[in-house]
Amino acid sequence: MGLDFTVIPQYLDIILWGALWTILITLGAAAVSFIGGMILAVIALYAPKLVRLPFRAFAFLFMGTPLLLQLFLIYFGLVQVGIDVPAVMAGIIGLGLHFAVYNSELFQTGILAVDKGQIEAARTLGLGRMQALRKVVVPQAIRDVIPPVGNNMIALLKDSALVSVIGVSELTLSAQRAIGSTYRPFEFYVLVAVIYYIINLFMEAAQRRVERRVQASR
Amino acid sequence: MQKVFPFFLEAAWITVLLSVLTTILGLILGAVGASARLSRFALIRFLGAAYVSVFRGTPALIQLFILYFGGPQIGIQLDAFQAGVIGLGINAGAYMTETMRGAIIAIDKGQIEAARTVGLSRFQTMRYVVLPQAMRLMIRPLGVNINAMIKATALVAAISVVELTYTAQRFIGSTYKPFEMFLIAGILYMIIIYITGQAVSWLDRKARIS
Repeated sequence: MGLDFTVIPQYLDIILWGALWTILITLGAAAVSFIGGMILAVIALYAPKLVRLPFRAFAFLFMGTPLLLQLFLIYFGLVQVGIDVPAVMAGIIGLGLHFAVYNSELFQTGILAVDKGQIEAARTLGLGRMQALRKVVVPQAIRDVIPPVGNNMIALLKDSALVSVIGVSELTLSAQRAIGSTYRPFEFYVLVAVIYYIINLFMEAAQRRVERRVQASR
Repeated sequence: MQKVFPFFLEAAWITVLLSVLTTILGLILGAVGASARLSRFALIRFLGAAYVSVFRGTPALIQLFILYFGGPQIGIQLDAFQAGVIGLGINAGAYMTETMRGAIIAIDKGQIEAARTVGLSRFQTMRYVVLPQAMRLMIRPLGVNINAMIKATALVAAISVVELTYTAQRFIGSTYKPFEMFLIAGILYMIIIYITGQAVSWLDRKARIS
């Protein structure tokens, strides 16, 4: 069986819809990972020990196990405790939590890197602990960790392919659908790889632009 | 619980086997890739850069699917385990290429010039001056690559290799105990990763003493 790329145009709309979903899922999970990562970082650094420990255990478990395993846990686990979420939501939550743990590590180093004197100055000027954290420390911490967090977001795009395994109709599953009726795996998977690559290039370009702007604002 | 445990142990062994073979292939390809990226010839440098860009720029899962499902169309017949090792190894090699290249270019240029001045050839300079030092620098970052790769072996569950994640998924389906199955598989993964991490630290310490 040779290669025949002429089967692609007929299925291009399905594939492009899949690509759109991949972008939406990536953005949704990125938002979860960003906000979740910041919350986890603040808990890890400032919460009392009793609160900190279970979160540490959670982070430890999520950093030491594969994403695919976590997706199975979240998808089937939620159903088991009676929360029937659509696969898309389970996918976004799973991807988001996975990367929240990684982002949290970065945010922690970012927060710790902000000069202690600034916190003292903010407190002296009359800001509360939370205010000082929110208005002085966190904005600077975010600026410092943009490059590594950007790398995580690019990794997130590629890992979003895994949610196809729990039945989310994104780019990878769309390709599988097209393959199901054409029996042309090579053609469609290569097409999908090219699409991921292009999205990846756009994200890298965006990352460079943000980094330049941040450099300029220093 | 006692009934499923032997299955998990057997699956953990497959995960270890996959990890070891993939690491070996990744290291070989990483060394080849790094040499290519540092080559004197522009075409070879370009090929090295393209390898890294393509395999780091697309999902490992898709790479695996192209090899396993698409392979037969271009005359490559592999069973799922072989496709898993080769697919993950090529992917890991792209990341390791960058790690090794980073360690090599971190060596002071002055040392290379000095070695060339005292009469060592390009190859000798690499072999006796640059590599011994670069090796030391690359152990820890390669450890990070290997850690990520061990977790990436879970992807072969999607092509039905009966390793840890596949086994967990199967038992989640049949026992409806997702959390318990996740914990068993998760703890086994963490044991594998912990032992690997200890081995890397040991190598790193040893390299520092010499």
